[in-house]
Amino acid sequence: MQTPLLTFILRQGDRSLVLAQRLLEYITRSPEIEEDMALSNIALDLIGQARILYTYAGEFEGLGHDEDHFAFQRDPDQFLSPILVERPNTDFAHVIVRQFLHDAFAVPLWARLAVSSDTTLAGLGAKASKEAAYHLRHSSAWVIRLGDGTDESHERACDALNALWPCTEELFEIDEIDAELFTAGVSPDPTALRGEWDRTVDEVLAAATLTRPVPPTPAVTGGLSGLHEDDFDRLIGEMQELARAHPGVEW
Amino acid sequence: MSADTAPSPAAVEAIVLAVEDPELPHVTIGELGMVRSVTIDEANGIEVVLTPTYTGCPATEQIRDDVVAALAENGHSATVRFAMSPPWTTDWITETGRRKLREAGITPPGHLGPSTVSVTLRQTDPTCPRCGSHESRLVSEFGGTACKSSHVCTTCLEPFERFKAI
Repeated sequence: MQTPLLTFILRQGDRSLVLAQRLLEYITRSPEIEEDMALSNIALDLIGQARILYTYAGEFEGLGHDEDHFAFQRDPDQFLSPILVERPNTDFAHVIVRQFLHDAFAVPLWARLAVSSDTTLAGLGAKASKEAAYHLRHSSAWVIRLGDGTDESHERACDALNALWPCTEELFEIDEIDAELFTAGVSPDPTALRGEWDRTVDEVLAAATLTRPVPPTPAVTGGLSGLHEDDFDRLIGEMQELARAHPGVEW
Repeated sequence: MSADTAPSPAAVEAIVLAVEDPELPHVTIGELGMVRSVTIDEANGIEVVLTPTYTGCPATEQIRDDVVAALAENGHSATVRFAMSPPWTTDWITETGRRKLREAGITPPGHLGPSTVSVTLRQTDPTCPRCGSHESRLVSEFGGTACKSSHVCTTCLEPFERFKAI
């Protein structure tokens, strides 16, 4: 049984890494080369965050595991990332809307972790919140461009928003781990995060002439407990292929 | 540390500060404000503490190796440690560093001041490093590296990069 803090660290690291892996799948398919560069830079930031979190997880766990262990030696059902970030790159609108819904969450999360009672998380929070603000600015600008663009870009942005919306509920899920860490001053209050997320999302969707999907939509959850969708095994399998085929390999 | 007899702290620090960034032409890690401390301890030798710029900057490990190599060339062995807190900010880039960026065709970052965390949806227009014009078009928020954005000057029509304030 993992301690609450270890679970929390892995959830944040897995969220960053899985989203980065999805972005990397998309490189060379963006509408313009500058966007390929932007998405790869965002993915690099996310991988950087994951590396720091996995290194910390290894130190905290005390079993001698390094960052590569957590990325490459765990089975797919051991990854604790929310379903949102594993959703496939259906089209550019899906890539952008997924990124936006994530970034609107990541910005307040990191900013609030910057005052965590855990000094490692506080250090990363202060750093990552500045990077995440740039990610959010980029994804927001694209959501507005697509939503308020041509008929086709608007329609695709709507489809992506409606398809991904049910996955956003999970970002704010509160289980006993969150409750315990929040009480200890380690992690932020999910209710407060939701308020900030709502404000960002409403502001950008309005500028994008997109309508916020109306609940009740059945929420899609499970990722935070390791229950993932069909394509997840393939995604992780591809990411781990080299490390698993050549144990101990360095590159 | 067999060869050196009590290395001078100033000399060691100068070697560290002069290590060049692998991605930015002729700009040193000292000028980028990455060097937090250089300590010499009789028991433990030289320890260099650096602040990484971006969490995902692929040059970070190269910089660590370059610092170790630069000191080794002068007969010193050292360990390099990265300290994430306080987080690096472009406000730490020195005036010399800013001048070198400008000379390399990269617009230096604006000053953020004390409240460095929030990045709003609006940003100021950068100055073209070639003709000094304030009229430009943003091409991409992310340039050739995470630390830069891409622009085109609408006066002289030349493309340029800007070091993002963070």
